[in-house]
Formats: sequence, C-alpha cells, structure tokens
Amino acid sequence: MSEEVKSEQEVLFQKRIDAEEKIEPKDWMPEKYRQTLIRQMSQHAHSEVIGMQPEGNWLTRAPTLHRKCILLAKVQDEGGHGLYLYSAAETLGISRDELVKALHDGVAKYASIFNYPALTWADIGAIGWLVDGAAIVNQISLQRTSYGPYARSMVRICKEESFHQRQGYQIMVTLSQGSHEQKAMAQDALDRFWWPSLMMFGPHDAESAHSAQSMKWKIKRQSNDQLRQKFIDQSVKQADVIGLKIPDPALKWNADRGHYDIGAIDWSEFARVIKGDGPCNRQRLQHHNRVHAEGAWVRDAVAAYEAKHKQRSTRAA
Amino acid sequence: MIDKEQLKEFVLRLGDDSLVLGHRLSQWSSNGPFLEEDLALTNVALDYVGRARMFYGYTAEIAADGSTEDSYAYNRDCRDFTNLLIHELPRGDFAFTMARQYLVDEFSLAYMKRLKLSRDKTLAAIAEKAYKEDLYHLRRSTSWILRLGDGTTQSHDRLQNAIDDLWGYTTELFEMDELDQEMSKADVGVDVASLQPEWIRQVTATLSDATLTVPANDWVVTGGRKGIHTEALGHMLSDMQFLQRAYPGQQW
Ligand SMILES: [Fe+2]
Ligand SMILES: [Fe+2]
Repeated sequence: MSEEVKSEQEVLFQKRIDAEEKIEPKDWMPEKYRQTLIRQMSQHAHSEVIGMQPEGNWLTRAPTLHRKCILLAKVQDEGGHGLYLYSAAETLGISRDELVKALHDGVAKYASIFNYPALTWADIGAIGWLVDGAAIVNQISLQRTSYGPYARSMVRICKEESFHQRQGYQIMVTLSQGSHEQKAMAQDALDRFWWPSLMMFGPHDAESAHSAQSMKWKIKRQSNDQLRQKFIDQSVKQADVIGLKIPDPALKWNADRGHYDIGAIDWSEFARVIKGDGPCNRQRLQHHNRVHAEGAWVRDAVAAYEAKHKQRSTRAA
Repeated sequence: MIDKEQLKEFVLRLGDDSLVLGHRLSQWSSNGPFLEEDLALTNVALDYVGRARMFYGYTAEIAADGSTEDSYAYNRDCRDFTNLLIHELPRGDFAFTMARQYLVDEFSLAYMKRLKLSRDKTLAAIAEKAYKEDLYHLRRSTSWILRLGDGTTQSHDRLQNAIDDLWGYTTELFEMDELDQEMSKADVGVDVASLQPEWIRQVTATLSDATLTVPANDWVVTGGRKGIHTEALGHMLSDMQFLQRAYPGQQW
C-alpha cells in the first residue's frame, strides 16, 4: 500500500516526464531515479573505459599505418566518451573518484562484452561492427532519455559512434574479400562475438529487474527486446552482404512479424560473465586497478605542485 | 647536387624517427595515470604516426618502385631502421616518457623550424605541419617537467633518474654524418650540429626551473643512423610487424 502513496513532488515529477520535459541537475527528483541514473550512467562510463582494453590490445599490432591511426583515434574517442559520461554522472552529486572506486570494488558493472578476449585482428573488426553497432542502437534510443545531461552526452557520443561502426565493418569487408585465411578469421570473429553482442541488450523484457520503472521514468525509451531485435535485423543483412554466416541455425526471417527470429540465447553464460567469471573479467579489472595505482604518484605530484604554487602566489601577493 | 637515393635515405630516416616514437607513445593507451592524460598521450602518438605516414609516403614516391608507406614500416628488419636511438627506447614509466618527450620536443621544434625552409617543397610542407604540432607538444612536455620536477620527492627523483638515463642518447641528435652534411649543404636538410648550443641553453633553463640537475656528458651511445640499435627495437618490430609477416602480401 505504501508504494501507492506518492508525494505531491513525485506526482509533479511524473507529470513532467510524461510531458517529455527534460529533468535537469538542479530539479527535484525521486532518490530512486537519481540512484538508477547513477548506476546506469556509471556503468556506461566504465564500459567506455574498460572497452579501451581489448582494442588497445591491438594498437601496437595494427596491420597497416592507416589502420593503426584509425584504431588509435577510435580508442581515444572511447576514452573521451568515458569522460563525458563521468562528468554527466557527476551532475547527480557523486564524484568520479567514488565511481571508479565502485568499479574497483566490483560494485559497479560494465558491459559484459568487454570480458571477451580480442584474439585476432578480425576481432577488432567484429568489435567495431557488432559491439559499436549494438552500442549505437542503444545510444540512439537514449538520446531521448529523460535526464538532460545524459541525453545530451548521448547526442554527442552518437556522432562519433557511426565512424566506429563503419571502421569495424570495413575491416570485416576487407577480410571477407581477402585470402582463405582472412575469410576464416572474419567468420571466426563473428562466431565468437555474435551471441555476446546480443547479450549486450540485457535480459528478455519479462526477466528484466529494473525495466518497468525505468520505462515509466523514461530513463529507458525502448525495451531490451525491441533494441535487440533492431540490432539483429540490421546485422543479419550486413553479414549477408559480405558473405559471412550468422552462427545461429535457428535464424529465420519471420514474414508475419517482419523481423528475424533467432535461437535461444544462453543466459547462463550471460549470468556467469556478469557475475565476474567470464574469460577476461579478472584481467580487465586488475589492469584498471594496476594502472590506477601506478598513476598515483603522478596525480600526487600534480597536486603537490599546484599546492606549492598556490602558496607561493599567495605569499607574493 | 644530391641524388634520388640520398634524398630517399634522408626522408626514410625521418619516417623511422616518427614511427618508432609514435609506437612507443601508443603503448600508453589505457595505461595513462589518469584518463585525460591517457587521451593526450594518444594524441601525440597520432601526430607522430601521422608524420611517419607522410615521410614514408614521400619515400615511396621518390623510390617509385611500387613500394608504399607500409613497405617501410612492416617489411624491414632491425638493421634497416635508421632512427635515432632515443626514439626507440622502451616506454618506461611516466617520468621516462615525459623526460624523453621533453628532450625530443625541444630538438624537434628547432629542427622543424629549419626544415620548413627546405628547398624540397614536400619536406617543407610536412615540417610546417609538424612544427605546429611540436609547439603544442613542447608546451605540454615542459609543463610536465615542471610539475614532476617540482612536485613530490618521488616525482622529482623519478624524473631525475629518467633524465640521467636518457642523457647519453641526446648527443646523437646533433651528429652530422656525410648524408646530413650533403643535405644541409643543398639546403634540403638541417644542420643539426648548429642547433645544439640553443638546445642546451633551453634544456638547462627548464631543468633548473624544475629543480633538476643537468647530467654530465660522461657517456654517449649512438649508432641509429647506421642501423646499430638497442635490443628493444627488434621486439618492437616483432610486435608491430606480426600480421604482415604472418600473412604476407594481403590487404587489410
Ligand atoms: Fe563509445
Ligand atoms: Fe564506440
């Protein structure tokens, strides 16, 4: 019963949401709305940053100078997305240090896809094509999310994402037109990244714990299954064009629905990776932890220098 | 008069300098002390790899033998690379990276300022772009020298150690071999020996502002222009060239 009793503020808040008004940092908001956003935005920011690792793994081995420059710029963009999102999350009254600490403590999550290894050059293609492709589908939808700073950072990020997806697909196009070994490399990457990419959209709507309230608050604008379907439909066509086979024997065009049907997603794998037991979970977190610890003396030096010089300039004044 | 072979070798050297340093800088991606700095280091890496592409592209144009920018990066062995050694030294810690960058930036800015005046129009154009990048690189690296040198005891000591470990490689920056002399005489290249006094003056001023000591000139290692490298270069190449070597002759 108590849940049904809404304060006047909450009623007003929902009215603004229903009228498609954006909520801004200084506006009143329910504590749960704020917490949900912090969880989602920090998870998004951490994903951008942890996602730099599998691709960064190939920066020194990119096969041409042109590809090396593209990949450097791409990975740099992802770090930039992390920065926008951390600052957008900070408008909710939490600091970047706290967010990073939650990541290190294992409290905050990041996209489970980044716990899979980038083993071959084709994986860099598959990541750009599928992982950035899935991210775009999600982020386009989030451009209309109800929290103003989040929506605006999505607009900015989406502009860069289409370049990411194109460079990945371009790698796959080139490989699939290449030697027998290159084609096999491309197919193998698709085989390994297909299902984890579908899992990026989260559990089916019926199983999704946070979805109903998030939809009501318009933090989410489309459901997990709707977004996943959009991604499947576009990717199947793209695979077709370059002669790669989606690793799903049950995949079939459904004329009634006007969409592709797919086989069953292995949710036990998803649960395992989310829980921290995927192929690279430990390395990803350890890497982030180690780098953060190694950088401590640099951050200390900056702080010490600034303190000294502030002191000196105050004395001089 | 300089001939085509001489020009090609000269341009190739500059390509090697740029690629090898760009590669080292790219090793900072997702390893920076904080996110903003991670991205800034990637920016500098991109500038250097971009330079390598321009120099190698020009090399291929001079050679006119069907080679491309990638032929020079991916299909040559350690002894064929002719970069100055300071560029290839392993990444090291952040103090080492910034110390190297500062010493190289002071040199490169002065070098590119001269190369802008080259009678070779392509080299002059590349130098024009590189000079602008170097202005920004030097501003950044100088500010890091000051902050680390005059930061904490630990940062000061790390930076001083890095400068000490790098110092013996700086002499090579100002060496003039026969090719350099020919190129300089023809107003195509740069008389690097003439840049040394001003470099010393600038570096001394910055290091003393940063409460650091200029090391004594008591050891010198050179040989890069002759293909005599540190052992680190071979490992860099085996990493960088892996795909082109494992799957030769493919498009990527
Ligand atoms: Fe991104
Ligand atoms: Fe992206």
